[in-house]
Amino acid sequence: MIFLYIILIFAAAAGFAWLFRAGLVAVLPRNAAMLFGSMPLTASFGLLMVLLYVFMAIFAPVIAPFGEAEVFDKFNALPGDDPRFLLGTDQIGRDLLTRLIYGGRNTIGIAFVTTCLAFFLGAFMGFLAATVGGWLDQLLSRGVDALMAIPQLIFALLLITIVGQSTLNMILVIAVLDSTRVFRLARAVAVNIVVMDYIEAAQLRGERLPYLIFREILPNAAAPLVAEFGLRFCFVFLLIASLSFLGLGIQPPLADWGTMVRDLSQFINFAAFAPLTASLPLMAAGAIALLTVSVNFVVDWMLHRSSGLKE
Amino acid sequence: MSGFGADLFRLVLKRLGFGLLTLIVVSLIIFGAVELLPGDFAEEILGQGATPEAVAVIREELGLDQPVVTRYFSWLGGALTGDFGISFGNQRSVAEQLGPRFANTLFLALVAACISVPLAVGVGILAALYRNSIFDRLANITTLTSISSPEFFVAYILILFLAVMNPIFPSLSNVSSGLDFGTRLERTMLPALTLTLVVTAHMMRMTRAAIINLLASPYIEMARLKGVSPARVIVRHALPNALAPIINVIALNLAYLITGVVVVEVVFVYPGVGQLFVDSVKIRDIPIVQACCLIFAATYILLNLTADVLSILSNPRLRHPK
Repeated sequence: MIFLYIILIFAAAAGFAWLFRAGLVAVLPRNAAMLFGSMPLTASFGLLMVLLYVFMAIFAPVIAPFGEAEVFDKFNALPGDDPRFLLGTDQIGRDLLTRLIYGGRNTIGIAFVTTCLAFFLGAFMGFLAATVGGWLDQLLSRGVDALMAIPQLIFALLLITIVGQSTLNMILVIAVLDSTRVFRLARAVAVNIVVMDYIEAAQLRGERLPYLIFREILPNAAAPLVAEFGLRFCFVFLLIASLSFLGLGIQPPLADWGTMVRDLSQFINFAAFAPLTASLPLMAAGAIALLTVSVNFVVDWMLHRSSGLKE
Repeated sequence: MSGFGADLFRLVLKRLGFGLLTLIVVSLIIFGAVELLPGDFAEEILGQGATPEAVAVIREELGLDQPVVTRYFSWLGGALTGDFGISFGNQRSVAEQLGPRFANTLFLALVAACISVPLAVGVGILAALYRNSIFDRLANITTLTSISSPEFFVAYILILFLAVMNPIFPSLSNVSSGLDFGTRLERTMLPALTLTLVVTAHMMRMTRAAIINLLASPYIEMARLKGVSPARVIVRHALPNALAPIINVIALNLAYLITGVVVVEVVFVYPGVGQLFVDSVKIRDIPIVQACCLIFAATYILLNLTADVLSILSNPRLRHPK
């Protein structure tokens, strides 16, 4: 029975992915149509899902039936108890469907901002290290080595203990920790660019460091960094969800998926007689998983394309 | 020949020395980060009631009136002998709270490793052999999905199917020291399976990539061309050379278990180091947080070090020099 459902879900996903790809090919101009027409179904499915998530995150206030922190007098309502609350309400009477939609907006938005911060910091430092070289390069590289010797989640927990728990602190801590990974890549890419003739020409013209970094190196290093962005976003998103699940990430009254999973996890024991109630924590957790899977599918395809592998 | 042996020895020794250096730097970071805390522990503990006299008394009690360097060395010295100081939360010794939990976490990680390593290597080799078949694609999608899922999602799915709908294993891992091995294993099974699923995916993908990489090399093509059977190509030609990358993959992923263990222990209320760590972060119990951090980081570094040394030792080019 369960296998039948799983096969049905897979078939539906494949069907939507196929339709989406066919739709893209029909709508887009010829060049873009050829590009998207050649993508595998997994990538097409991933792209569709990412677009849906982005749409939901941007238009959350329009889609959600109530306000984010709106409290009703009916608390702990189960799904089906009250026609107003499709998925029921939580322990202080907030509509769960609304929380789920806003949770997506917050979790995705915060993960996106954090990844951007990590990229600005990491890429800038990496380019700087590669361009200036010498002792600055040594200092930054060895520092990053040391920071990367501690597992990310463990280090994040240590830093959060020290700076205290708040959403802003978490964003900064994760951005700094994740920028070490970006630094590695940015430096490795930039080291190969710095030795190019056009860089030497620019240096001989007397261009300053910011010009070299932003006008010469950045455009030539953009492609690998963009592909990395998708992967880093997934890691940051999962890290934030994990921290929130542990109760140390995004703080209330902001809704977020990690915290929702933790708060609703007890409902899973009702699976035998109230399947919809039991699936509430899984909805939030599944939403996290679906987004990361989708982004991974798209990145996989992009990497495959840019590496030129035919197999 | 002897010169070569010395070379290998020197290489390993150099790697070990580098690992030791990393450990020292990490301990410095863990200790130093806490120094950045605005104010100090004494004010932190007392909170509202921090009169100058009370703060001074606590400072002296905790040894905070000593200079930083002295404190670092006494902390490091204590840590090396298993003495991590006194917890702020309940005034009990950190080592006493950590000891039994460390054994529990080790047990959990061991069970997970025993299941995941053979599984991942087996499936990885099969996927590499039959690549682009239905089996390979299915394995690819499944592993990509389980890598992308947060640990707690995998955990709750397992609870749903293996504890609630079909009550095979208990959903809460109530492990205590008096249990016999069988019961203990049964209660540890769900967290171990969760970790297995997450780690196997990484390990399997990396094994597959390593083998595929290898199968593309000329000597494998040569073996095929001279008519060696596929099974023999794998066992005689591919596996000995794949050993180094596979060992590397295993050690790296066991290191990955460390991060996974924190979340998984919280989901299953498993009495291990990870849970203590998270609880201590919430109440800002610095000595415990430092100790847990040091333990996790040291394990991580040691596993990575083992991976490096083993891959040096299993490199045929180094063992049989020209």
